Amino acid sequence: PCPANEVFIPPKFCDNRIVSSKYTVWNFLPKNLFEQFRRIANFYFLIIFLVQVIVDTPTSPVTSGLPLFFVITVTAIKQGYEDWLRHKADNEVNKYRVTVLEDGRRIRKESEKIKVGDVLEVEENETFPCDLILLQSSRDDGTCFVTTASLDGESNHKTHYTVPDTESDVESLNATIECEQPQPDLYKFVGRMHIYKNNEEPVLRSLGPENLLLKGATLKNTQRICGVAVYTGMETKMALNYQGKSQKRSVVEKSINAFLLVYLCILVSKALVCTTLKYVWQSKPGQDEPWYNEKTKKEKETNLYLNMFTDFLSFMVLFNFIIPVSMYVTVEMQKFLGSFFISWDKDFFDSEIKEGALVNTSDLNEELGQVEYVFTDKTGTLTQNNMEFIECCIDGHQYKYRDASSEVDGFCVTDGPVNRLQQKAGREREELFLRALCLCHTVQVKESTEQEVVPPPEEQRGFIASSPDEIALVKGAMRYGFTFLGLESKTMKLLNRNNDVEIYDLLHVLNFDPVRRRMSVIVRSKSGDTLLFCKGADSSIFPRVRQEEVERIRMHVERNAKEGYRTLCVAYKYLSEEEYVQVDSGLREARLALQDREQKLMAVYNQVETGMNLIGATAVEDRLQEEAAATMEALQGAGMKIWVLTGDKMETAKSTCYACRLFQRNTELLELTVRTLEFIGKRREDQLHDLLLEYHKKTNLSSLYCRSWSTQDYGFIVDGATLSMVLNSSSENNTNNYKNLFLQICQNCTTVLCCRMAPLQKAQIVKMVKNSKGSPITLSVGDGANDVSMILEAHVGIGIKGKEGRQAVRNSDYAIPKLKHLKKLLLAHGHLYYVRIAHLVQYFFYKNLCFILPQFLYQFFCGYSQQPLYDAAYLTMYNICFTSMPILAYSLLEQHISIEILLDNATLYREIGKNAMLRWGPFLYWTLLGVFHGLVFFFGVWFLFSNPALQDNGQVFGNWSYGTIVFTILVFTVTLKLALDTRHWTWINHFVIWGSLAFYVFFSFFWGGVIWPFMSQQRLYFVFANMLSSVSAWLVIIMLILLSLLPEILYVVLHKPRAPHARQSSTGGLQSPRSSARPLLMRTFSDESNTVI
Amino acid sequence: MMASSYNAKEEDGHHSGASSGAGAAKNRKPDNTAFKQQRLPAWQPILTAGSVLPAFFVIGLIFIPIGIGLYVTSNNIREFEIDYTGESSNSPCYSCAKNVTWNSTEPCFCTVNFTLERPFESNVFMYYGLSNFYQNHRRYVKSRDDRQLNGDPSSLRNPSKECEPYRTSGDLPIAPCGAIANSLFNDSLVLYYIDSNNSQSEVPLVKKGIAWWTDKHVKFKNPGGNSNLTAAFQGTAKPVNWRKAVYELDPSDPENNGFINEDFIVWMRTAALPTFRKLYRIIQKKPGATPTLPSGNYVLHITYNYPVLSFDGRKRMILSTISWMGGKNPFLGIAYITVGSICFFLGVVLLIIHHKYDNRNTSADIPS
Repeated sequence: PCPANEVFIPPKFCDNRIVSSKYTVWNFLPKNLFEQFRRIANFYFLIIFLVQVIVDTPTSPVTSGLPLFFVITVTAIKQGYEDWLRHKADNEVNKYRVTVLEDGRRIRKESEKIKVGDVLEVEENETFPCDLILLQSSRDDGTCFVTTASLDGESNHKTHYTVPDTESDVESLNATIECEQPQPDLYKFVGRMHIYKNNEEPVLRSLGPENLLLKGATLKNTQRICGVAVYTGMETKMALNYQGKSQKRSVVEKSINAFLLVYLCILVSKALVCTTLKYVWQSKPGQDEPWYNEKTKKEKETNLYLNMFTDFLSFMVLFNFIIPVSMYVTVEMQKFLGSFFISWDKDFFDSEIKEGALVNTSDLNEELGQVEYVFTDKTGTLTQNNMEFIECCIDGHQYKYRDASSEVDGFCVTDGPVNRLQQKAGREREELFLRALCLCHTVQVKESTEQEVVPPPEEQRGFIASSPDEIALVKGAMRYGFTFLGLESKTMKLLNRNNDVEIYDLLHVLNFDPVRRRMSVIVRSKSGDTLLFCKGADSSIFPRVRQEEVERIRMHVERNAKEGYRTLCVAYKYLSEEEYVQVDSGLREARLALQDREQKLMAVYNQVETGMNLIGATAVEDRLQEEAAATMEALQGAGMKIWVLTGDKMETAKSTCYACRLFQRNTELLELTVRTLEFIGKRREDQLHDLLLEYHKKTNLSSLYCRSWSTQDYGFIVDGATLSMVLNSSSENNTNNYKNLFLQICQNCTTVLCCRMAPLQKAQIVKMVKNSKGSPITLSVGDGANDVSMILEAHVGIGIKGKEGRQAVRNSDYAIPKLKHLKKLLLAHGHLYYVRIAHLVQYFFYKNLCFILPQFLYQFFCGYSQQPLYDAAYLTMYNICFTSMPILAYSLLEQHISIEILLDNATLYREIGKNAMLRWGPFLYWTLLGVFHGLVFFFGVWFLFSNPALQDNGQVFGNWSYGTIVFTILVFTVTLKLALDTRHWTWINHFVIWGSLAFYVFFSFFWGGVIWPFMSQQRLYFVFANMLSSVSAWLVIIMLILLSLLPEILYVVLHKPRAPHARQSSTGGLQSPRSSARPLLMRTFSDESNTVI
Repeated sequence: MMASSYNAKEEDGHHSGASSGAGAAKNRKPDNTAFKQQRLPAWQPILTAGSVLPAFFVIGLIFIPIGIGLYVTSNNIREFEIDYTGESSNSPCYSCAKNVTWNSTEPCFCTVNFTLERPFESNVFMYYGLSNFYQNHRRYVKSRDDRQLNGDPSSLRNPSKECEPYRTSGDLPIAPCGAIANSLFNDSLVLYYIDSNNSQSEVPLVKKGIAWWTDKHVKFKNPGGNSNLTAAFQGTAKPVNWRKAVYELDPSDPENNGFINEDFIVWMRTAALPTFRKLYRIIQKKPGATPTLPSGNYVLHITYNYPVLSFDGRKRMILSTISWMGGKNPFLGIAYITVGSICFFLGVVLLIIHHKYDNRNTSADIPS
């Protein structure tokens, strides 16, 4: 029983229900509406609508109410659906069945019913339903293993400890727990437990984070544990850390908002000008209220200032079409529909995993065309994360496995330069080495009945490990005849070359950690020998072995590292009985230590892992992704700076960079690593300071003198430790100074390699670049949980559907199966999306400016009376029907440069960099064009109407004819302007462009051809037909359309004389491939000869 | 006009059908259709100096003759305009202009003499023109009830609120209601020709065919048909400013009376700009060679009812012939000539650019 918490059960603890949904059925409508109207644009339209309802305005509320209603409804439905999905997910978590121990019985309960103080039982591979204090573990050393991949992205196993004294018997435990208030820090926890034993003085135990199992973490390698719930529901550390994926906004959206502001200013100033002029004009006698046009009683009675205000509002309403609701709808639709092209693209389809690209957000399509910095992970992204055992070296002899070799034992000695003396090491040494490989790991053999979440690929079946390297090693050993059979209750079995089963007792595992960069096992063989096997990075093994053995191996290791293999050294040590007893007690003591447990363990580890014998080294290849080099080259050609952020060690990462052609032969490498900082006679900080200054000077000089790339390329290498020194320097102003220097160096280098990075450091780097001057657009590519932080941080996050689970894919904005797809995604899709949406935005502002400008000008001729120039039907339909479809089709289908050319000429990407099409220059151009068109439309017709007798029977046209003529010219000009801009006429473009013009004509006939019973005024009755019967109207329409389009045609012809040239050469066929291929080929040759220096 | 390359990309949409037959449901491979792969066959026009240039010449060559034709046509149109507002004291209508108010019961008459220097051939159209009259003021434009004007009996009794403050007179609804109808232009103009022996002969003015056919026959309808309008309009009041009721607008012709009176319909089509003209009468061409209005002296008899000076307005009488392009308006001709010339000029400029650019282009190509 757990009487422990009876005192604490009071309802002040929240239940274990997780709520991530926003709405309930009841509050959906008000809350959702409130949320939606918090968006500036929606609020603005709501205000306009309300003004139209309240004030007597020139246009009916329907004209703006209908589109607004449509937008709001669609958004509400979408958000409602998303929230329903969240409800479902919440329910899944909340209704999950957990086992609660109550009164000695196991009771299955729904997760949401867990109360603080409940004792829970959790089995292997289950996630913890709330934050638990570990009371009892099925492992006999009172530990349990946990992965926190879903919390912090670290996929390694972490050890947690039971509270001492509780382990023995949970049934009879009587204790109370005091702990701090819930707080979000995952690594902090303070509490204490009073344990009451029969009539004894209560024992006080302190509780730390090592006792706390966090909700969301998964139990591993431990059959079951018991724990008592301390934080539940929304008070768990996971819930406190939960934040929805932050909304990423694209640069285009920011531009739109800036433009909106400009147009809002235009709108307000127009309204102000009109209101002012209206009252100036009215002050003249006889103008305000001539006898033929008296005011109503109500109008006469209202206050002058109130009148002014309503007049101002009326003008706002009249001109509000300049900021159309439909633009938001069109932009959203364009993004939503446009993103389908990514998931539809068959080039992104990978036949291995049978999946194509995945689009998680459509908001960032155009951002793909703006990328300036690419941050890429190495393992699994640049490389395949498909580890393959390549070779090993035993006692300085190189063993390379060859499939073709027919040698019985699978061994084959290559004629490497090292191998002159003898063909093989002694058989004994070989077997020792292979045993070491078989024993020194944490790999588990997968039982066939057990169901894993992610089924491992074919060649990995059978083994489970946190790192693929270990599996590769175990398999490597298997190839040489030593098969690991499994671990059963502390005994490891392996099958040796003679098909005998050898059994070892696993005494201790000295876990791997990134600081020690090695791991060890202590085993006892059947013969009673106690052995310690250790494997780890060369740098951490070499100092701990007998020095005379080192040199032989070092050569191999360095050569392998240069070739881009991941190397590990293997060492062993016999432990005498006394030694072992000492170690054993040391380890046990350290594990039970309450304070500084980590440090104590580390001390024992370090003490044990000394004086070992080096047996050999292994080389595991992590192969490059397909076309990784070509992709990187293309991205660099497109002007992107590529940073490799990896947790791997420098040598391996560097060779990968060479292999990917990120570093070239002539690239001068600037190193800022722990190695270069260890300069004799200087403090590290000083050395850092000096190096930073030196590199800064170097890179600055090169960027100052010669900007062409032919001169000196710099590559910059930083490691995690140094980076944290740069970022967290001791003094405050140094930090800023260093940071700036560091950034400037990085920005002047073509490639930056950051190795030995923690996940958070990756994000830190991305953030630093993101917030640097000019706020460049960043893109992160990664495949593993450790990349999630940088994927979330960057403007665009790309997940590779790799081997390391789905964390990255789930948190990314776009997911692609392979790195090589990045090229098309950015160079073709990104480029096109950007051009499309930029054009869409500019065009929208333009077309509404020249739509409303004549209406504004008309106010000068109608006594500033807010008389609309166009009929209400035209006002409403202009943006919805007449001009919306062509631009939508354009923004979905346009390929101003065909995809093949975009892929061939990466430099084209530079042309749209830095938001080129949405800067103030182009915006000004479009605005001026809109103003020009508006003026032409209005005054062209105005001159015509100096004599309104335009028909050949002498009859005259009225104000609605005036408006209709202007509107006709407007619709045709605006559509034809788009037609001029269209470079890629598919049948859809033809259909939509000519279709909307035809629709306009048809609609006008229809609208004017019927007396509409529901309309109180038949303003347009036969206006359009009469207009067409007038030759003058035809002539003026044709002439004004042509006049409006003239500057546009001129601009197109004069501004880009280069474009047709580029096109010709590329469509020329023979010519272009050669010219673009030549430098590529040359570079390839020079690189290959220099990758291994 | 455009140099174009028809780039029909290989359309391989049909191949996919066969392969996706079997395991299609499981296979999430994207469809290999031209649309989804963004490979729709497309026409890719390119505007270059070379291709646009002929278009400019063609446009120039078409527009300039049209412009000249329009200009000549416009110039050939005879138009005579006379302002009879009477604001200055030496004007014949000065006293009328001063005295006329809406309250005056007695009509005021004045005559204006004028001379046509040249004869007007073919049909002559007589317009009245008003200046500074804001028929396009919002309050004014909306002050009408098209349902009422379409003969809807319920709207006749209960006119739309838009007609305020010209909706009701006392208790009775006004027919036709609204500011537009209320301010119907009610000067009457009669033209006399003074022949050589100084005798005046009235020029016959036709008052039909001045309104849009559709307006007269569809949009405007009398309530209860055209017969017995007096009964139909029983229970309605005439607009405040009107001297006579709507069914007395043209008692002589039942087809031109009530709401379908053409003068009324013309007035109801609100003008676009504050200075406008409206068709008043048509002077039909006489059979034979005699001009419709021979040159000589004329006298215009005006029944001056319509006060405009209170809002600084002007009234004009305009006589004009009409061509295929409508009334006299040199704008179109000038505009066409200008645009045509611009195009032609641009064509020449482009020709030079094209020439230069081509040279530069070829010379640049050689070394590479």
